[in-house]
This record gives sequence, structure tokens and C-alpha cells, in this order.
Amino acid sequence: MTLLNRRSRGAGENAPQAPPPDTESIVTGRKAGNRKPTSLRQGWVAHIFLLPWMIGMIVVTAGPLIASAILAFTDYDLLSAPEFIGFDNFTRMMEDDRYWASVGVTLTYVVVSVPLQLIFALFLAMILDKGIRGLAIYRSGFYLPSLLGGSVAIAILWQQLFGDSGLVNEGLGLIGIEADSWLQNPDTALWTLIILNVWTFGSPMVIFLAGLRQIPEELYEAAEVDGAGKVRRFFSITIPLLTPIIFLNLILQMIGAFQAFTPAHVVSGGTGGPLDSTLFYTLYIYQEGFVNFDMGYAAAMAWVLLLVIALATALNFIASRRWVHYGDE
Amino acid sequence: MAILDRDVQATAAAGKPLEPAPRRRRAGTGRGRRITRHAFLVLFALLMLYPLIWMIVSSFKPSNLILTQTGLFPSEVTLENYTGGWDSLGTPFTTFLINSGVVAVGSIVGNLFSCALTAYALARLNFRASKLYFGLTLLTMMLPFHVLVIPQYILFAEMGWVNTYAPLLIPKFLATDAVFIFLMVQFIRTLPRELDHAAMLDGAGPFRIFWSIILPLMQPALITTTIFTFIWTWNDYFGPLLYLTKTKLYTVPVALKSLVDSETQSGIGIMFAMSLVSLIPILLFFLFAQKYIIKGIATTGIK
Repeated sequence: MTLLNRRSRGAGENAPQAPPPDTESIVTGRKAGNRKPTSLRQGWVAHIFLLPWMIGMIVVTAGPLIASAILAFTDYDLLSAPEFIGFDNFTRMMEDDRYWASVGVTLTYVVVSVPLQLIFALFLAMILDKGIRGLAIYRSGFYLPSLLGGSVAIAILWQQLFGDSGLVNEGLGLIGIEADSWLQNPDTALWTLIILNVWTFGSPMVIFLAGLRQIPEELYEAAEVDGAGKVRRFFSITIPLLTPIIFLNLILQMIGAFQAFTPAHVVSGGTGGPLDSTLFYTLYIYQEGFVNFDMGYAAAMAWVLLLVIALATALNFIASRRWVHYGDE
Repeated sequence: MAILDRDVQATAAAGKPLEPAPRRRRAGTGRGRRITRHAFLVLFALLMLYPLIWMIVSSFKPSNLILTQTGLFPSEVTLENYTGGWDSLGTPFTTFLINSGVVAVGSIVGNLFSCALTAYALARLNFRASKLYFGLTLLTMMLPFHVLVIPQYILFAEMGWVNTYAPLLIPKFLATDAVFIFLMVQFIRTLPRELDHAAMLDGAGPFRIFWSIILPLMQPALITTTIFTFIWTWNDYFGPLLYLTKTKLYTVPVALKSLVDSETQSGIGIMFAMSLVSLIPILLFFLFAQKYIIKGIATTGIK
């Protein structure tokens, strides 16, 4: 009779003065003071429903999160016991040229590809928003790359597209430009991956389209009556009213871009080359952790990544107060 | 198609009630402008999709023609890339497709089971920690998985799960794909609570309400979860790369990668053919389940 016990004990702690539920309040879900009725049996039942989630949270998420924070201060190779080395992993990062190369590559990738992707997404969404015939077909066409972009198959395609005699050079040849493999040149290799990410602008575009539909038509009509031109309407109505959506897309795509792994791993054959020019941060974590089995160092890098993403997100939220307008303000 | 359009008016701003927006036919309705716009869109779409078209056409060309004859109409059409590629890793590609299928279906079952239970509890049951748990779930959505992957690997290796599908499947049964919990919670919140209360008055408990009322009604959210779980696990590369080292156990993406590592430039036809095979299930979902895909993105921002 643990259930009963629980129930009575719970009742004592949880809501000592809870009046007996009356039918009316159950039906309307409302009570004096606007509080939901606290049925204690539900607290107990809820945790049965939540059992898988709780195990997952503890074993698969929170546990590993803490474990990797501890590992970050150790030297661990999976074979011998982890050895505590203080901040050595972090000082090592400071002096590690490859680490800084990976930071540079990842920041370039995020800072260049995310805004470009969003500009394309917004531009196409604006064109498609005007009640165009065949909207669904266009939208599907533009969205398809987003669905495929993260796959190994597309990374393979990209490798061939920008290869020595790939389609891109073939096209450039037609207009008289000769070029070598874009992937073997450390100056251009990263840019092919940036293009790959921009190519997947379809999913933010779909989100923009949904957002554009929420802007009341009357606003545009009123502005038109007042003599506002197209450009003016775009900057004074569309952009301000769309800022929450722009913000959402920015956060989503930024977090995604920080974690990109597959294209770089496939295109560079796992090396991050040529000359570390496609050594994404995540790829370097993978190399140190699972190729060199330097798991303490990899965990330290992963934690820095977590902090950087958290910081970048927080900064975006702070900055958003200046430029994001919510409807109720 | 019109149905599809109307379905997509959900905001990304997390489940705000939908307001029917009038379809715009205001700016630039002149005939000339319309044609220009369509011309631009068609050209742009072609430019974007051209690499895919090139890959499809190339996969039917003899390998030596792919890079020398880049036009869309090959002088010679062949299936040798498909037949030759199928067994080129020693293990037939059928095996990899089955492996990927097993992982995908297992993940779908796991996500549906665990996320629906969790979402129902978070959206409907009254208990003190409800908000805290929901907040935690949202936080884990932001967590880069690289922070977790090293201890997870150590744990799963310790359990002897390397070279099994357990590391890929078990987390799905433990509601670790938080985005689907979020999606389902948002959906359940739109269902009228009166249904629960009516059932409660008839003597149904939470399990009964979940099973007979909420679960059938949340079908659209379950379908979206199914589709995205499928696409993600089918494309997943990092997990299988870590945990599967025996060729026989490879899922399609890892098999493709090892194909790339083993083929020289002459094998480009084979790589294209097998890459396309790997994309076919996703393309099928794209063709037949678009409505749910588009809706899913518009309501939760998932890719």
C-alpha cells in the first residue's frame, strides 16, 4: 500500500489546506484564487509517466554533462584510470595551434554562413509571400536541400561538385575561367562548406513564410495610403514585425552551425585538411577524443564549446532587446 | 496544394493561436511582373537543384564520361554503377539499408513511446515540479551533444554496447530528443481540457485518459515526430561512426563514407549511384509527407 501512504504523506506536505475538489471546479478547471486543483495522486502518477524521461535525464544527459566537466580536468585515454591534471587541458588549448585553427574555421563558418543563409531565406520568403501561383511547388523545391544537406550523400556530391574537374569548374570553364580543385586549396575549401550551409536556407525560409503571414494586411494598406513606397514598407513594417522570427532563426541556425560535423568530416576525409582549413571545432573534438583517445582534452574542448554557444546565445538575447519587437510592446 | 497552404499558417513563435491570414494578391499583380517573378524563381530553383540533377544523371553514365561529358543528356546510359556499387564493400548494400531501417524504426518507436508519455505528464498532470521539468527539457535542446558524447561513449563501451545498436536506440526510449517533447507539449496544450475533465467524471484515470483520449487526438504531432525521427536517424552519421566498427553492422551513411575511402576517382559513378540510393527513402518522405514536414518546421523550427 505504498501508493496510499505516499498519497497521504504527499497530501500533508503539498497542500495542507486544499479543499475537497468539487465537481464544478473540476469541470471548469478554475477555483477560487484561480489556482488549479492540486490533485496529489497526479504528482505520483506523473512520475510514472516521466520514468523514461527521468532515467534519460540522469543517465544520458545530466550524468554525462557532469562527467565531462570532471574529465575536462583529467588526462584520460580510456585504458588507464583518469589522472587529475588541474587546468592543464585548458592551458594546452591556449598554446595549441590546431585548436586555434579550429576556432577560426568554426567562427568564420558561423559568422559568414548564418547571415547569408538568413538573407537568402528572407529574400525568397518575401517573393513567395505575395500570393504567388504554385507557392507549394516553389517552397518544396527550395526546402528540399535543407532535408538533404546534412547527409553523407550530399557531402559526397559536394566533393565532386567542387573537385578538380567538377561541375563548378566546368561551368566556370564555359565563361573562360580556369580553376583548380576548390577543396584542395586551403583558401577556398571552407567556402565550399559555407556554400553548402547557405544552400540549406529552405528551413528558415519556411519559418519566415509562416511569420510573414502573421503580419496584418491592413498595415501595408494604411502605409500605402500614407504614401510609403515599397522599400519604406519593407523597412518600417515587414522587418520590425518580423524581428521575433528573425531572432528565432538566428538562434536556431547559429546553434546548428556551431555543431556542424558531417560535411567537414566527409569532404576532408576526416583530417580537416587541407592545412586544417576545414578543421571544424567538432571535428577536432572528434579527432582528439576518438582518434587519439585523448578524452580529457576533448572533454575540455567540448565544455568550452558549450560555454561559447551559451555565451553567444545569451549575447544574442541581450542584443535582441534593442532590435526585436514583440507585438505587445 | 491549397490545403497544404492553409495548414502552414502556424507561427514559429511557439504555438500561438492561428489566425487566418488573407492571401496576398496586392503588390505587383501586373502580368509582366508576375512573369518576371516566375522566371526568376524557376531559374533560381534550377540553379539550386542542378547539383542534385547532375548527380542523378551522372549515376546512369559510365564512370569515364561523368567528368568529361557534363551535359544532362549522356551519349550512353548504363546501370553498371548501381549493379557494381551494390556489392563493392564486400557486404551487399541491402544489408546497410536493412541496418539503417532497423535503427530508424527502433528510434521512431522509442521516440513515440517516451516523448508522448513525457509530454502528456508535462502538459496535463498537476504536480509541483512540472514547470521545472519542462524548463530542463528546453535547456537540453540547446545542449551541444559533443559535451555529452565522450562520457556517453565511455558508459556504453563499459556496458559492452560498442558494435550493437543499443547506444543508438536506448537513448530514444528515454525521451532524450527534447524537441519532440516540446512539439507534443505544444500540441497537447491546444486540446480542450474539457475532454479530460469529462473523462475524469466518468471515472477514467490519467492512464486511461492518455491512452483513449489524448493519444488518438495527438496523431498529427506523432506523425511529425515519426517523420523527423526517421530523417534524422537515417542521415545520422556521428553516432554510427562512433559505435559501429564492423562493416556488417554499418548503417548507410557510414557505409557511404567507407565507399568514398575505398574508391578512386574512377568510382565516382558508384559513389553517386549509392548516394542516391541512400537518399531515396528521404525523398519518398518528402514527396508524401510534406504537409507534416512543413508544419513541423513552422511550429518548432526543427530542420
